[in-house]
Amino acid sequence: MKLLLKFHDSIRPLFEKGGKLEKVAPLFDAADTFAFTPAEQTHRGAHVRDAIDIKRVMVTVIYALLPCFFFGVWNAGHQYNMAHAIAGAGFVADMLRGLIIVLPIVFVSYAVGGFWEVLFACVRKHPINEGLLVSGFLFPLVLPPTIPLWQVAVGITFGIVIGKEIFGGTGMNVVNPALLSRAFLFFAYAKSMTGSVWIASHGDQVVDAVTGATPLGILSAMPEGATAAEAIASGQVSFMQMFLGTMPGSIGETSTLACLIGAVMLLLAGVGSWRIMLACVIGLLSTAALANVFGSSPMSQIPPHYHLVAGGFAFGAIFMATDPVSAAATNAGKWIYGFLIGMLIIIVRVLNAGFPEGVMLSILFMNLMAPLIDSFVVDHHIRRRLKRA
Amino acid sequence: MAKTRKIITDPLSDNNPVTWQVLGVCSALAVTTQVSTAVVMSLALTTVLCFSNVVISMLRNLIPNKIRMIVELCVIATLVILADQILRAFLYDISKQLSVFVGLIITNCIVMGRAEAYALQNPPFKSFLDGIGNGLGYSVVLIAVASLRELLGSGTWFGITILDTSWYTGNTLMLLPPGAFVIIGLLIWLQRTFISKTLREED
Repeated sequence: MKLLLKFHDSIRPLFEKGGKLEKVAPLFDAADTFAFTPAEQTHRGAHVRDAIDIKRVMVTVIYALLPCFFFGVWNAGHQYNMAHAIAGAGFVADMLRGLIIVLPIVFVSYAVGGFWEVLFACVRKHPINEGLLVSGFLFPLVLPPTIPLWQVAVGITFGIVIGKEIFGGTGMNVVNPALLSRAFLFFAYAKSMTGSVWIASHGDQVVDAVTGATPLGILSAMPEGATAAEAIASGQVSFMQMFLGTMPGSIGETSTLACLIGAVMLLLAGVGSWRIMLACVIGLLSTAALANVFGSSPMSQIPPHYHLVAGGFAFGAIFMATDPVSAAATNAGKWIYGFLIGMLIIIVRVLNAGFPEGVMLSILFMNLMAPLIDSFVVDHHIRRRLKRA
Repeated sequence: MAKTRKIITDPLSDNNPVTWQVLGVCSALAVTTQVSTAVVMSLALTTVLCFSNVVISMLRNLIPNKIRMIVELCVIATLVILADQILRAFLYDISKQLSVFVGLIITNCIVMGRAEAYALQNPPFKSFLDGIGNGLGYSVVLIAVASLRELLGSGTWFGITILDTSWYTGNTLMLLPPGAFVIIGLLIWLQRTFISKTLREED
């Protein structure tokens, strides 16, 4: 580390005002603050001295995402090997195959996203924002493993430029950039995002019995009037399987268990909001219970706890909804925001035949509503205190 | 002479009704999935705008101030119904694609806005030129947006295949209204940053 610091200090003047490489100063700054604490420090006045800054927060989220990532890599390879009936493919073979599938997607996401971040940082002459560290990692994890790489590039470009940079960069975005990227692909290239896209494979070699549909996809295609038991039985995967995540789906979101490990890490580090996560769960469970009572379609008859492990709920509630920028900021607002996300997810899943899954749309919608909720909460608070005065 | 020319050229970029005044955006979102519908819509709007400006300008000294909005609406509505009937008679297919949006020219803020802001204060000929200018300004934006949307969304331009589907995957978001929102937003950004820079600084 000493050596690296010496090197950084020796080239620092090049990037300072008047230096030869002044134009790309944000690049140096990014590398420098990534390895060391920022060079400029507070000297006097009442400042909290703490190791935490945006970069540390983002890195914590990355750590929390790692269980999902590694499970996703294994699962992508596992599903591929199963679909090709490769006999006796063990853990290592699954992992290797998974890495071949997943790493290019992550690489493209970071490379293209990074290009835009650096471009905007250099043009606007501000340090490179750390937001991409998380956005660029979240985005691949919510994509199907078969996604064409050029679509990854187009998607992350849209998310970073239209979703974030035009609003002023990290911390100014209205909606979650990673989710916006996914929504863009979902509406722009629906063929790559829905249907039989959840298992990476080479067309003709696939075993016949494999359809590659997700449990939610199967359930939404069920005929009217089926009972809950039939619905679950035809879902073809057990609760345990959905909890562990050994099923087709987007790369990082199939395993509720891996997401929960991430949630524990986020909560212990104090980075994620437990209010939002809990409120999402309450909203989801209560609305699903209501649907059980009043609904008649097979989707509405699924027991509430199945909704917890199905689709991208765990991933969305833990990593997407809690994004501190796009979520509600007041504590009461967080409860409302989370509850409504959970409620909307069930409404989309149960009532909208067009979309079997509603996590992405619900979170994006509530992202837009978050400032309104906050404003309502603050107004309410002011009125209450005025009354007391 | 230079002043007369300015009546026409101003709304083309520096005072564009869509990208500068942000009027008439509704129809710009709705009818721009194909260039052909955009062209017809532009023609219809420009015609209605010109004639409504002329008629209202001729009546400007007769219209009582208190009911001027209603009178304007009557004139515009009459012209719009005429335009709609002509389209149905001669361009039935396109008129079907445009559906209600020809009828909705009545509520297009550009027509009403020019009547209020220009035709009520100026003589008929100048109002006519103003109508042409603003109509063209609207048309330029509409056709630009439609070109981008049709090219990116279906790989065609005016129905001619440009990007072949064998290697180009159509971006279906561009065929949905949000795609037009994004494109119009980017156009506004382009104009304010590069073309009408001085105007922005005056604001």
